[in-house]
Amino acid sequence: MQKKSLIEKLHDIQENQKNTNHLPKDMIIEAAKESNVSLSKAFGVATFYTMFSTQKRGKHIIRICQNQSCHMANSALVVDELKKTLCIDFGETSEDGLFTLEHSSCLGMCSIAPCMMIDDRPYGNLTPGKVVEIIHSIKVGA
Amino acid sequence: MKIYRIHALICAGGQCITAGGDSFEEALKRAITEKGLEDEIQVVETGCMGACEKGPMMVAYPEGILYVHLKPEDANEIVEEHFLKGRPVQRLMWKEADGNFPTLDQVPFFAHQTKVVLRNCGLIDSENIEEFIAREGYSALAKALSSLKPEEIVDEIKKSGLRGRGGAGFPTGLKWEFAAKEVSDQKYVVTNADEGDPGAYMDRSIIEGDPHTIIEGMAIAGYAIGASKGYIYCRAEYPIAIKRLDLALKNARKFGLLGKNILGSDFNFDIEVRMGAGAFVCGEETALLRSIEGKRGEPTNKPPYPSQKGLFGHPTVINNVETFANIPFIIAEGYEKFRRIGTETNPGTKVFSLAGKVITTGLIEVPLGISLRKIIYDIGGGIPNGKKFKGALMGGPSGGVVPASKLDTPIDFESLQEIDSMMGSGGMIIMDEDSCMVDIAKYFLKFTVDESCGKCTPCREGTRQMLEILERISSGKGKETDLEDLLSLAKTIQQTSLCGLGQSAPNPVISTIRWFRDEYEAHIKDKTCTAGVCSMKKPTLEVKKNAKKIAH
Repeated sequence: MQKKSLIEKLHDIQENQKNTNHLPKDMIIEAAKESNVSLSKAFGVATFYTMFSTQKRGKHIIRICQNQSCHMANSALVVDELKKTLCIDFGETSEDGLFTLEHSSCLGMCSIAPCMMIDDRPYGNLTPGKVVEIIHSIKVGA
Repeated sequence: MKIYRIHALICAGGQCITAGGDSFEEALKRAITEKGLEDEIQVVETGCMGACEKGPMMVAYPEGILYVHLKPEDANEIVEEHFLKGRPVQRLMWKEADGNFPTLDQVPFFAHQTKVVLRNCGLIDSENIEEFIAREGYSALAKALSSLKPEEIVDEIKKSGLRGRGGAGFPTGLKWEFAAKEVSDQKYVVTNADEGDPGAYMDRSIIEGDPHTIIEGMAIAGYAIGASKGYIYCRAEYPIAIKRLDLALKNARKFGLLGKNILGSDFNFDIEVRMGAGAFVCGEETALLRSIEGKRGEPTNKPPYPSQKGLFGHPTVINNVETFANIPFIIAEGYEKFRRIGTETNPGTKVFSLAGKVITTGLIEVPLGISLRKIIYDIGGGIPNGKKFKGALMGGPSGGVVPASKLDTPIDFESLQEIDSMMGSGGMIIMDEDSCMVDIAKYFLKFTVDESCGKCTPCREGTRQMLEILERISSGKGKETDLEDLLSLAKTIQQTSLCGLGQSAPNPVISTIRWFRDEYEAHIKDKTCTAGVCSMKKPTLEVKKNAKKIAH
């Protein structure tokens, strides 16, 4: 096996920050040293990819699919309901620190649009009522 | 081997699982155990069956009875009535408009397809390597290693006329030949599974449904060009696909189909999966290679092409998932058989993900040269709710809209280009009269503005300017000169952008202006949106502010 690339290291770091889902500054610096790349390059990588965040985020990341099929299936209604329920906008984290709302590129689930992903789990055929239930069930489980 | 009376194939494609297929499967297995039928009925999890809109779905063999839209509470009835008493449950079966209940081979959605790439999808348990082998899996690799020289393989692929399925349609055999001719102690084979086009999920379905076919195709490529190492770059949004790939690689190593001295030959080859981190531009081959190296996924100038100087500076063959899935068929069956499918200049099939306003949406595979009309009406069953077809979006943000007047255009690389559309990677979104073409163009421009990596100015700034004009038009503030300005900007961006993302970004605007100019003019001159999508005024208050009011 080859050595891990910087991106893989960053994936590992973020994976381990269970409650904040982000890349702490000191750990990026450490990964940069290990990979033998300059700090500017390492931060360049950490900020290039949308799935990495240098800012603290919520425990769960909600990624809303932005595709045309979802758009045509009224994903806007679902998004409005989520924003209302969590009292946040895109890029923000709910007050309890549980959820961060983000956009996602197409999740490839057009036949069951509108869809979203929370962490690694996809959800489809969404309605405003259904997302409230999903959020509630995650809160109860948390 | 154990003989079962009934084989119940449950679709475990991403969409069926998400629609509740996993809870149905659990309930079904429980019901089978409760009735003591474990020795008579085998439940198999397969890859995507294709009719995603009907999910969760299941096929019960030997008859091929199709069950659709299944819920956990349906499990008992199916086991009790069908599996035990032999009376299929009609209320859960696939029903055609004429009231018939067709079996799998009779449903028009499936009957009009030709399966080469998807030959195993929906038929085998993708997590079981033995099922793949039982379907002649890895026999093409065995044939290649035992009876063909590397140059004979390159020749076979060249003769097959296979063209890259990622969108551009470059001849695969030529690409391999370039890399094979390079002299280097290290070469690489890379699969581009960074499927990011909106509405495209062919690659994910192939990986989830038949991961070994990719491994086999890559190993054959490795042997042909003299590479010992391969990478599959898969986007992080596809966790199920990544999981199945990892498992497939592990099993292939265990069976001696990857690693050292494969099948007793002196050929060594192994593959690693690399996960993306959310960047559309990484689907561009040079950006993808930079990302595997652990860097920012920014495209670089070509030449040098990856076949000369690719991953870590070494000669690299990089192909799309679907391209590799064609390789085992061509090597096992011969190029003549492959050429019998499709047309002279576009042989073979293409997989599309059919989405939007069509009765049956899902994953389909058709011979190249077929018309869009056949896809929409014969396979997809037409437009729902008696609405009229307006346009088909092909090729995502790099493609264009095919209007109703061009429904009979053959689907091949050149014909689509002539009508300002594009084959693209295979996303196909069908729109009815309720869709506004200015809105569609705006949507894709917004997508490109978000995803532009920012390295070159025409793409970074030019697309933003185009978007501003489109936003003005759709909010009722369009000017007479806007259309000419859009087209002039489009031309500049096409000609001066660094990579394919920028060069193709204006396509949706160009094609919608060409085919739906009246609609643009209605927005500009009459300040009306005929489809009723554009509000023709400034966006209303932010939802967030409303939300706070409610919370108080």
